[in-house]
Amino acid sequence: MKKLLSLLVVLTLLAGICGAFAEEEPIHLTLWTFQELHTQLYKEMLEKWNANPDNPKLDIDMQVYPYEDMHNKLTIALQSGEGAPDIVDIEINMFANYLKGDIQLADLNDIVEPMEDHLVMSRFNNYAKDGKFYGIDHHIGACIVWYNTEILEEAGVDYTTIKTWDDYHEAGKIVLEKTGKPMCTWESNDCWSIYPLVNQHGGDWLTPDNEVRMDEQVVIDTLAFMRSMLDDGTAVACPGGNHHSEEYYGWMNAGGCASVSMPFWYLNRFTDYMPDLSGKMKVAPMPLWSDGGHKSAQMGGTGTAVVKTSANVDVAKQWLAYATLSFEGCVNTWLILGFDPIMTDVYGSEEMKAPNKFFDYYDDTIFDMLKTVLDDIPDTCLTENFPAASDIVRNQMAYDLVMTDKSPEDIARDCAEELRSQIF
Amino acid sequence: MQRQSANKRPRANPLTNPKVVPYVFVAPFVIYFLLVYLYPTIATIMMSFQRIDGPTQVEFIGFKNYERLFSRNYVQALQTTARYAFWDVVVLTSVPLLVAVLLHSKLVMFASFFKSLFFIPALTSIIVAGIVFRLAFGTLPTAPVNRLMTLLGQEPRDWLMYAGTGNLVLIVLTLWRWMGVNIIYYLSGIQAISPELYEAAEIDGAGAVSKFFHVTLPGIRPVLIYVITITVLGGFSMFTESVALWQQNNPGGVGRTIVGYMYLMGFYKSNMGMASAVGLTLLVLVLGVNLIQLTLMGFFRKER
Repeated sequence: MKKLLSLLVVLTLLAGICGAFAEEEPIHLTLWTFQELHTQLYKEMLEKWNANPDNPKLDIDMQVYPYEDMHNKLTIALQSGEGAPDIVDIEINMFANYLKGDIQLADLNDIVEPMEDHLVMSRFNNYAKDGKFYGIDHHIGACIVWYNTEILEEAGVDYTTIKTWDDYHEAGKIVLEKTGKPMCTWESNDCWSIYPLVNQHGGDWLTPDNEVRMDEQVVIDTLAFMRSMLDDGTAVACPGGNHHSEEYYGWMNAGGCASVSMPFWYLNRFTDYMPDLSGKMKVAPMPLWSDGGHKSAQMGGTGTAVVKTSANVDVAKQWLAYATLSFEGCVNTWLILGFDPIMTDVYGSEEMKAPNKFFDYYDDTIFDMLKTVLDDIPDTCLTENFPAASDIVRNQMAYDLVMTDKSPEDIARDCAEELRSQIF
Repeated sequence: MQRQSANKRPRANPLTNPKVVPYVFVAPFVIYFLLVYLYPTIATIMMSFQRIDGPTQVEFIGFKNYERLFSRNYVQALQTTARYAFWDVVVLTSVPLLVAVLLHSKLVMFASFFKSLFFIPALTSIIVAGIVFRLAFGTLPTAPVNRLMTLLGQEPRDWLMYAGTGNLVLIVLTLWRWMGVNIIYYLSGIQAISPELYEAAEIDGAGAVSKFFHVTLPGIRPVLIYVITITVLGGFSMFTESVALWQQNNPGGVGRTIVGYMYLMGFYKSNMGMASAVGLTLLVLVLGVNLIQLTLMGFFRKER
């Protein structure tokens, strides 16, 4: 009896020790983001990662900060060399700031390069310097147009017949005449109206060598077109100044205007903030410029980066690759976040057809439409002077175009001059 | 026995030594001043001559930051700040003074109720107040203030989208928030004036207006100097109010003050050297304006 008992004790002890070995301590990582939505994807992908016994167990502390706060904290942490997270979401406008001088982010070539043939690589160039990739985006951000079919039907306009921006303008005149409502809104203090149109038209703000392109003819022509719509009332100044203001959401939700042109990720602004338009909004490719240009433009984004000083750079990279560069991760990017994934393989796959709130709100032809434009999207040139350019576009170019009578030539010239004066 | 030991103890303890004690008392201020004011000031002066790209990437570039200072954005920020500071000083010194005089007079019933009422906004968060103001002065005809304008037979306006009206909203917001504080300052000054002076003035036949100009105003001169000085300083260094109304947007140049521009340079464009140079010009500007104002008001005149 005694022997049996002692055997039992020894066995439980052994089991305890074995158990302790099996229950390895998870690796702790910190992740900063300014976009709470992203954590939904990260949490899902973390769960799946930990469910695979081959992977080292991870415990990721996801901290959400307001946009400005997070980038300020990151700047200070990287400059002082202390307190930075392991993984961080950096907004595209701010990314160039972290690629100056001695770069504090880890290069991600070892996880990006093997996947190169499956990815939309132009999205990675936004976060690259000297051939090294430092950030992974979640989406392409292809620009498209949302049409309010209720208003268009009232005016007797069929949006599928709108092929060029001139068609769009003409349709706008009919809409204005029949319904009294404008065709679209131009932002007066943000870049989402001007930059996509200029970029689609073949223009940009800077060259890779930091030459200013703001006063090129293509910019002037684009501004002139936008102004001509403002002049006859087919376009109006966006209520609240931009397409992310509470005022705009309320106004648009109440049927304020017939259409809006924004990047693909704007899908979730409709589902979340403009519920009354459910079933009424249809998406379509951007109209084309009759004098050349591209089918769409890629706009906005967030580069998720790994910080070089992290104690767990390798495992952080592997998890990030799993969360954002795997087939599963990219499918979930659509299902959970409503973004257009950066992996070309997923388009047309069965997994992408799973129902979600976006298919309910619009219809299930979204990706068939999107596929038609993906082959012709220009690169954007994000150099270290892009934050300065972006600020000028938001606060000078957009304002002067929408709120003043300044001529497109003068606007382009003055903005270019201002940018040149700020470039180091 | 007891008395003896009580006499001895102070000598043993340096903290009660009359030669040491004054230094102990001023130490917190001196340490605070050195760490939080003097060191950052010197560091800022140094940084304004540098290009800073990272923790170890610092390069002295001489006066280059200053040479590049005068862009359109900088001048616009200076104008915005100067315009705001001017109206801020005009409105925020005069209106509270009038209200304080009224509250002090026998004309107003429930004076202490109004005092608290005027003071309450100072306790609110400026960000929350800013959001409320932003929505109240919205661009749509259905926004509250535009509704009011329509009721008054006026055209609805894009309040926050133009420099003039935007500045007006800023001043209204500042007045709403800080009036109570200035009223308290003024009231304390007015209450310190001896009632006999007013009596004497009345006997000499002075009316309400001449009593205000010849008794009240001279009587509260020290308070007036103080209020104007901090209002000038507050006007030039204003930042939160404008961020609460416009975030990082800058319609027509109204949304970006000189501090906002410094913030933009330092954090948005990650150019700490330039931001330091901007900060120093603000220091020089405010020092200059305050010195002129204090000299004009006779602050440096010797007491007769």
